[in-house]
Amino acid sequence: MKSPLFAVSCWLALILTTTVAFPQERPYFVTYSHEMEEPGNLDIELFNAVGHPPGGNLFLGSNIEFEYGVKAWWTSEFYLDGQSTQNDSTIFTGFRWENRIRPLLAEHRINPVLYVEYENTSADKALREIVGHDGVPDFIDSNAVARKDIEREMELKLILGSNVHGWNISENIISEKNLSNDPWEFGYAWAVSRPLGLAARAHNCSFCPEKFQAGFEMYGGLGDRQSFGLHNTSHYAGPTMNWTAPNGTTLSFSPQFGLNDYSVPHLYRFGVSYEIEQFLSRFHRGGQ
Amino acid sequence: MKRLLSPALRTGSLLLLLSVLAFAVADGAWLARVPSRDHARTNPYQGQPDAISAGRRIFVEHCAHCHGENAEGTKKRPTLRSLRVQQQATEGDLQWLLLNGNMKKGMPSWAKLPEQQLWQVIAYVRTLHQ
Repeated sequence: MKSPLFAVSCWLALILTTTVAFPQERPYFVTYSHEMEEPGNLDIELFNAVGHPPGGNLFLGSNIEFEYGVKAWWTSEFYLDGQSTQNDSTIFTGFRWENRIRPLLAEHRINPVLYVEYENTSADKALREIVGHDGVPDFIDSNAVARKDIEREMELKLILGSNVHGWNISENIISEKNLSNDPWEFGYAWAVSRPLGLAARAHNCSFCPEKFQAGFEMYGGLGDRQSFGLHNTSHYAGPTMNWTAPNGTTLSFSPQFGLNDYSVPHLYRFGVSYEIEQFLSRFHRGGQ
Repeated sequence: MKRLLSPALRTGSLLLLLSVLAFAVADGAWLARVPSRDHARTNPYQGQPDAISAGRRIFVEHCAHCHGENAEGTKKRPTLRSLRVQQQATEGDLQWLLLNGNMKKGMPSWAKLPEQQLWQVIAYVRTLHQ
């Protein structure tokens, strides 16, 4: 009988024997750029957010993402979310499935991408996006109470992205609908970043400027259909950076600051991502 | 026997010819879409040894898994040592292709790489005809 340990061992063996890709990830935690996953590649990412809301407990919200390039113009992504709250508990908070489609098949000054997501979460603290009146009150309830409120939501985003002289500029317009009878909620995110070096060095190096990207990210809620605006909404901003290691692993970090009393004062975000080239072809005959 | 085979052979030859033509047209169709301004662009790194070495590194990191370690092509993706890439296309054409991709054919856009790195890759790829 095959045990779960056997399955995990097989999975780890697969990961360790695969050919790694060298992603050029943007250092964003909430904002999406218009750049898609290369077809056939699987990107595995672990993102975390640490915060301490006033009147609440320190928390760590995490999600693991499996991002697959279905086509050059279509990326699909599956998330598993969880969180751990000090003096409370560690729980699995749900899953998300998203698809991003690029309608224009060439590079333009502004490149739109359409994003559709279904999520089934409760007590989520990963803060993958801020919409509506999300804010400090969402972090005060204990996990036992918060997890009873299961959110089945459909999220639509319009992603706009541009690359200008090495800079990437990305804007997201977010709308989210709880599939129960709640109104549409809205939010935004934008970010800019640039590699520290634009031309590559001739020799292999771990800490060359082109291995680093730095930028700035800002996001927040815009209320809902019945109360659109900035009242009782939270907003965050902060610098962000990443580094791609010689083995292709990308490490990202961003300290982010709540911009009003409705926001968690400080968030520390960090992430690790690893890309596997031509993932499915490994299961075909003759795959490497 | 000869009468029976001749029409079949003729049809087969015609189909083969049409397939080859269709493949040839489709495979190189992107060249016709390059705007003249991009077609005329020149590589600022052309022939520079450091840029060629850097281009080789970028090629191995991002391109080799589809086009082969030495750009010889793989089962599904074309060689970059072909006449089309080495002689028919200008460096500007290649830069346009890297920037825009050929998404219907599976070639992604590499606009995520800075323009300088795209030129470095082209500087390397152009050495492969030697």
